Amino acid sequence: MTTLEAVGLSKEYRVRGTGLRTSRLLAVDNVSLIVKPGETVALVGESGSGKSTMAKMLIRLTEPSSGTILLDGAEPRPGRHASKDYRSRVQMVFQDPFSSLNPALPIRHQLARPLRIHGIVRTGSEEQRELVRLMETVNLASGFLDKYPHELSGGQRQRVAIARALAPRPEVLIADEPVSMLDVSIRLEILQLIDDLKRDRNLAVLYITHDLATARHFSTQIVVMRTGRVVERGLSDDVIVNPIHPYTQLLVRAAPDPKSPPFVIDPTRYLAHPEVVIGDADPDLATWSPECHWARAWDDDAALAALLDAVAV
Amino acid sequence: MTEPLLSIHDLTVEYQTETPVQAVRSVSLHIMPGEIFGLAGESGCGKSTLAYAITRLLQPPAAITGGSILWRGTDGISTDVLDLDGAELRAFRWSEISMVFQGAMNALNPVHTVRSQIADIFIDHRTKLNRRQRTARAAELLHTVGIDERRLTSYPHELSGGMRQRVMIAMALALRPRLIVMDEPTTALDVVVQRSIIEEINRLRREFGFAVLFITHDLGLLLEISDRVGVMLEGRLVEEGVPDRLLNDPRHDYTQHLLRSFPSLRGDAPVTGTRYVASKGVTTP
Repeated sequence: MTTLEAVGLSKEYRVRGTGLRTSRLLAVDNVSLIVKPGETVALVGESGSGKSTMAKMLIRLTEPSSGTILLDGAEPRPGRHASKDYRSRVQMVFQDPFSSLNPALPIRHQLARPLRIHGIVRTGSEEQRELVRLMETVNLASGFLDKYPHELSGGQRQRVAIARALAPRPEVLIADEPVSMLDVSIRLEILQLIDDLKRDRNLAVLYITHDLATARHFSTQIVVMRTGRVVERGLSDDVIVNPIHPYTQLLVRAAPDPKSPPFVIDPTRYLAHPEVVIGDADPDLATWSPECHWARAWDDDAALAALLDAVAV
Repeated sequence: MTEPLLSIHDLTVEYQTETPVQAVRSVSLHIMPGEIFGLAGESGCGKSTLAYAITRLLQPPAAITGGSILWRGTDGISTDVLDLDGAELRAFRWSEISMVFQGAMNALNPVHTVRSQIADIFIDHRTKLNRRQRTARAAELLHTVGIDERRLTSYPHELSGGMRQRVMIAMALALRPRLIVMDEPTTALDVVVQRSIIEEINRLRREFGFAVLFITHDLGLLLEISDRVGVMLEGRLVEEGVPDRLLNDPRHDYTQHLLRSFPSLRGDAPVTGTRYVASKGVTTP
C-alpha cells in the first residue's frame, strides 16, 4: 500500500495590488509530513495557517514553489497524464458539500464520471454494479443515485462526496475539513465512516481540521500549523494533553470542552516535560520517530507574544 | 423576585405550504434580564424559525398560529409582541430586541461601507441625529467591539470573518437593546476567533446588561457559556435546564445523544458515530 510523503513543501504566492513592487506571501513554509497506510494524520490550525494550501499541493491542484511530494518513495512525474495517474491513487474530500457537487447533474453522473475516467468500469452493467457498491460503502440507498444534490441533506451530500473520492479506488485520502459545514450531531457519523473505510481499505488519511477534539479521537498523529509553519507535532494524545507550544495551548484553550475543567495557558509547561524536543528547525522526518513529541522554539516570535498577551487580558 | 424579560407561551409556527409544516410546536420558555439563554438543536429543528418569530421577521408562508410572546417593558408593563403593528413594531424592533444573523460572511451588504450600514440604523430609528452625529455614533460602536474606527470606510470584503461578525454585533448594540438574538453567530468561524467573539459578547453583556438568546447546533459551546440551555427537536423544546444539570443528568434521549456527539477534548469520553433515532412516543407525546 501507499505512503504519502511531503518533504519540505513550500508555497509562495505573489500578492498583487498592494502598491509594493514585490509583495510575497509564504503560505506554506518548509512543511514535511508522512502519512502511512492505515493511519490518520491530522493537520490542525486556524484559518490562514496554510493547511488548505498543503492539501492543494498534495492533490496537485497547485504546484509547490519548492519541496517534493513522494508517493511510495517515488516522485510523481509532471504533466496531465501523470496527474491523472496520481489522482487515481490520491483523492480528496472537500470542505463544502453544498458546492463540491455539480447541482445540474444527478448523483449517478457525479459517481460514474470518475469510474469511467479512471477505467474502473467499461460497460454499463459494470458501472451499475460499481455504483451500487459505492453507495453501499457510504451507507446510502441506491435510490439516491437518480436524485440531484439539492434533494439531499448536507450529511448525505458529504457521503456522496466521499463515495466520489473512493470511486477511483485511491490509496490515500485527503479530507479537507470534511465535517465543518455539517451539524454537530452528524459530524461523528461521517468521521466514523472515514475511519471505518481507513481500516477496511488500509487507506492513508490526511485529516485537515481546526477541531482539536475530533483530531485527537480520529488520528494517531497531530501536526499543528501556524502561519505556514509546523509548530508542534507528535502523537495525538501527547499533543492535546500536553500541548507545549503556546499556540497549541491557545487552540486547546479555545476549543469548547464543557466536560473538563478550563485549560490554563502556561508558556513554561515545557519545564515539566523534558521528553519534548524543542527546536528551531523542523526535524528530519526520515529519521524522526512519530512517537517523538516536537515543538518549535518560540522565543523570537513577536506575533505570538502579542497573541498571548491578548488572551491574558 | 425579578420578572422575566421575555416569556413565550405555547408558541406554534406553521409554514403554510401544500403540506403544512409545524416548525415550532407549542414552545414555552422565558428569558430573564441579563442572562444568556442557549438554544441547541440540529438543522431543521425550528430554532431559527423561533428566533424570527420573536423578532417578528417571519414572512409568509410562515404564520404564527398560536401562543403569545410577552415582552416586559422598562415601565413594567407587559405587551404581546404578536399584537404590535406598524409604527409600534418598528419602535420595538432593534431598540428592544435586536438580532445578529446567521452567516457573518454574507449578512452585510457587500456594496456599502461599514459606516453607511451602521448609519442606516440611526436613519431609520433615531431620525433626529444628523450625519455627523451618526458617523460619531458608528465610530463609537466599532470602538466598543474592538475595531479601529478607520474601518468605517471599509467594505465587508476588506474585513476578516471575525471582524465582520464584530460589525454585526456592533450593529445589534446600536440602540442599546435589552435582548439580542444571536443566530449561529460563530458557526463559520474557527475556534480561536470563535473564542474571542464569545469573550467579547460576555464583556459587552457585563457592560450593557442585555440578555442574549444564543442559538447554535454546538451544544458543547452552549453548555460552557449559557446560564440556561434549552434543547429543541422537531419543533419542540424537549429539555431545559442549567448547564451543570444537563451535562450531568440529561433526561431526554436526544440530549443524551447530543452530549455523546462531540468528543471531549481532554477527557476520555467514548466516541460513537451513531445517528439519533427517536424511540416511539418520546418525541411526539
